Amino acid sequence: MQKIGVFVCHCGTNIAATVDVEAVAEAARHVPGVVYAQDYTYMCSQSGQDLIKDAVKKYGLTGVVICSCSPRMHEKTFRKAVSSVGLNPYLLEIANIREQCSWVHKDKEIGTQKAIALMKAAVAKVELDAPLTAGETPVVKRALVIGGGIAGMQTALDIADAGYDVDIVEKNPTIGGKMAQLDKTFPTLDCSSCIVTPKMVDVGQNDRIHIYSYSEVKDVKGFVGNFHVTIRRKARYVDETKCTGCGLCMEKCPMKKVPNEFNLGLDKRSAVYIPFAQAVPKVATIDPNYCLMLNKGVCGLCSKVCGAGAINYKDTDKDIEVDYGAIVVATGYEIMDVSKYDEYAYSQSPDVVTSLEYERLMNAAGPTGGDLRRPSDGKHPKTIVFVQCVGSRECDSKRGGKPYCSKICCMYTAKHAMLTKDHYPDTDIYVFYIDVRTPGKNFDEFYRRAVEQYGVHYIKGAVGKVTPENGKLVVQASDLLMNEQMTIKADMVVLAAAIEPSHSARHLATLLTASMDTNDWFTEAHPKLRPVESPTAGVFLSGVCQGPKDIPETVAQAGAAASKVIGLLSKDKLTGNPCVAHSDEMMCTGCSQCADVCPYGAITYVDKEFRMPDRTTKIRRVAQVNPAVCQGCGACTVTCPSGAMDLNGFSNSEIMAEVDALCR
Amino acid sequence: MVYNYFPGCTLKEKAKDFDKWGRDCASALGVPLTEIEDWQCCGGVYPLSKDEIAVRLSSIRALAYAQAHGGVLVTLCAACHNVLKQTNYDIANDENFALKANNYLAADGISYHGEAKVIHYLELLRDEVGFDAVKKAVKKPLAGQKIGAYYGCLLLRPGYKMDMDNPENPSIMEDLIRALGAQPVVYAQRNECCGGYLAMEDSELPKKRVTRILGNAAAQGADTVITACPLCYYNLKKYSQDSGVKVRYLTDVLAEALDVKEG
Amino acid sequence: MAVNYTVTPEEILAISGVNPRKCMKCGRCTATCPAFDEMEYHPHQFVAMVEEGRIEELMNSRSIYRCLSCMACIERCPRQVEPAKLIEAVRLAVTRQQGGSHLIPDQVPERLDPDMPQQAIVSAYRKYTK
Repeated sequence: MQKIGVFVCHCGTNIAATVDVEAVAEAARHVPGVVYAQDYTYMCSQSGQDLIKDAVKKYGLTGVVICSCSPRMHEKTFRKAVSSVGLNPYLLEIANIREQCSWVHKDKEIGTQKAIALMKAAVAKVELDAPLTAGETPVVKRALVIGGGIAGMQTALDIADAGYDVDIVEKNPTIGGKMAQLDKTFPTLDCSSCIVTPKMVDVGQNDRIHIYSYSEVKDVKGFVGNFHVTIRRKARYVDETKCTGCGLCMEKCPMKKVPNEFNLGLDKRSAVYIPFAQAVPKVATIDPNYCLMLNKGVCGLCSKVCGAGAINYKDTDKDIEVDYGAIVVATGYEIMDVSKYDEYAYSQSPDVVTSLEYERLMNAAGPTGGDLRRPSDGKHPKTIVFVQCVGSRECDSKRGGKPYCSKICCMYTAKHAMLTKDHYPDTDIYVFYIDVRTPGKNFDEFYRRAVEQYGVHYIKGAVGKVTPENGKLVVQASDLLMNEQMTIKADMVVLAAAIEPSHSARHLATLLTASMDTNDWFTEAHPKLRPVESPTAGVFLSGVCQGPKDIPETVAQAGAAASKVIGLLSKDKLTGNPCVAHSDEMMCTGCSQCADVCPYGAITYVDKEFRMPDRTTKIRRVAQVNPAVCQGCGACTVTCPSGAMDLNGFSNSEIMAEVDALCR
Repeated sequence: MVYNYFPGCTLKEKAKDFDKWGRDCASALGVPLTEIEDWQCCGGVYPLSKDEIAVRLSSIRALAYAQAHGGVLVTLCAACHNVLKQTNYDIANDENFALKANNYLAADGISYHGEAKVIHYLELLRDEVGFDAVKKAVKKPLAGQKIGAYYGCLLLRPGYKMDMDNPENPSIMEDLIRALGAQPVVYAQRNECCGGYLAMEDSELPKKRVTRILGNAAAQGADTVITACPLCYYNLKKYSQDSGVKVRYLTDVLAEALDVKEG
Repeated sequence: MAVNYTVTPEEILAISGVNPRKCMKCGRCTATCPAFDEMEYHPHQFVAMVEEGRIEELMNSRSIYRCLSCMACIERCPRQVEPAKLIEAVRLAVTRQQGGSHLIPDQVPERLDPDMPQQAIVSAYRKYTK
């Protein structure tokens, strides 16, 4: 005979204002199987938990129903409480009478009726609950960080610092990411290279960190604590172990007309190249799209001059397979393509540039050696117009615009304006803005300095048209505060183009079964309380891959992701979720539908020998669930045509019992 | 393949040459145009309001005719093109409009929901003939001419409905100019309004607009601009003196290059 | 001109299909408008004034006859507010009323010149007359 206890929480007035909690407890007392029912102000409080524990002991309860908030909030709390007095934690059910009842109803009578119905459904379910025990799996003590920008580097360094091995997979020939391309950083104006290149060196020299540069994640299998990852090492045509980074090959390479991606195509590089002087690893790469030897079979100069004999024209892509306990996504961002916004004439004039291009034009290691010269004729620009929000904050955009604020543009534009004025005080600078958004420590002060100290013209309005003409860029714009349309003859126009997720992110999310929002930013497990974890166990988020953020925020999040990884790797074993699927092999027809819908790859098929009633044996193909991989989503159970798939803790019969109770 | 052709009223009156050159060139290129029967004026401007139904019926009749005769409707006049293409888009995508318009047209035995395809003459050249074939058909290359394309507003906007080219940096006319052996001149004002119908009411604005447009074309090195819109042609030509830029119809230069002009 | 002003903001929204609340007041419409100098109220003001219910002022303004319907503000509006549609709706609200036509047939001959295309007359008629 079942002995069930029902505990009804007031949650202060959160529940009690719209649900008659005493009536719910009273109704529970009349439900068959319920031997004890009580309401209380805060069930989650220590005294509330004690009330539950005492009742379990006093009445020898075999099942507990808590009528309270969502199980996401306190299921763990209550399970722990009953477990401390010897009740299996899976013999406890939550009836959500807050989010799904009191918060959505105004009428107390209706709210009370619904709360009673939910309570009865939970009692019906708890009657069928079976004790469950979670299994354990070992943890591979190695982490994978995908992306070698500042986010990935910081995460890797922090994990390594705690004594765990980390691999970084970086798609480019060097780590460093976007930060290595920046000139100065806001709001302190310290040199970006000066702070990022030592980090790159730290990463490169750390014994616990291995960098797979010019590589991509090709496949991911497994689950938290036990990921099995295939990494594609793209053919570099240069032996990393032999190359000394002397750069002689670059000097001798006759193909020097390759757009230099590190300088965003503002100058050219050779076909064999090291992206920049401080690259890590400092190893050359041959660009197969431009190398004369690889394309036409003639040349071979780099091979002849290489003293280390590192050049290998016969190199091929290679896949390696490595196991990891945790994976960190740090894939960062790209600058949006602005060719659809050509009212700003980006495609029509080389003097219209994106902010990142402007960054390279100001950088001492950039194509002009840090001397700000405009691309068309190499002259110093005297009048510069900055256009904010190009492709950001759009709605139902027909040209790829983003609904979000890119967050960093207001600050870097103030930075560009001030740096320009510092170097060339006679420059006239206009910034067209919708709002100036500068929340952050010392951020607004920074922007105000641009206005007050440097005399940058901030204009509340927009640019409507840029017309290249007679060596100038004629900018037609609005000044909303003056209610005027104005024309500025500018020498350069700088577009604060929206940032968007790395183009590889969507594919990676599929490999990781990690979720993304509609803009392809990775989704966090909880927007406030679990900001660096993805909803997929063992997958963590670092940096802009989760949403626009600046360098300080990125570094903070990178550290937070690392601490979560360290917490995971420090465990020898992981306790699994016992609410996993299992198949009744006698009912399974081997149709494969469950395996097709399983988002985690937890279901495999095996040929198994069965003894038949007539004492013969028969080999049948049946589904098997790997309980360590299964996340208990239940997709297989609703797909299974024969009803062979069932989910522990949410069995078909339990769900039906709940529905029956609701319909009664 | 039948290329149904909607000339529009201006091409029957003030822009007869524009029309004739267009037809002659299409025939020379192996895509002769067949004028549709009993067409009515498109109205010149597409209504920007949701509740103007009757003004769009003439367009729908033409579209339904095209649908019954092979499914393609070619326009040359940029204004007709704009009206017909937008009407076609809206009747396919706006249920309320489709319902009301079809209620009107039921008396004529017409039921139409955007099945036909509207293409501009330029799209005919680019997508059906191909600019490579146009280039091969050129008898008198326009070598040495520096021609700026003037798109105006109606060929390109709204971009998602006209769906013909990048509305902020189009290239279809430049590609044609190149195929004809001339040098295309890109200038940013090529998709800014000429002043349009305000010419009826207040000639100052068109004058100011044209001065800006042709000034930009001249500054970028154009000696000629070409257009596909009779109203643009009128405004541009009227105020072109200061810039010294010649204004011609696009079929004018095409006919010259293909050597199909008489006399 | 005897115009009976009875149009509500709701009617303007219904005619235009525009939701002015989507506007983030960026000013791109006014920045791009080729008829700016001829207008008393500029495109961004149209959006704000319709939102505030100031329809009568707009109906009495010459601005509604200066919009070229060039669709530049429609193309470039980042919020799909499309101010030109509001201007058209206000103009229609005027021209649809008894005696509300802005262009009367008797005025046409004096405004013609021998080269003016039919397209200009038809378009102006569509825009200014009911």
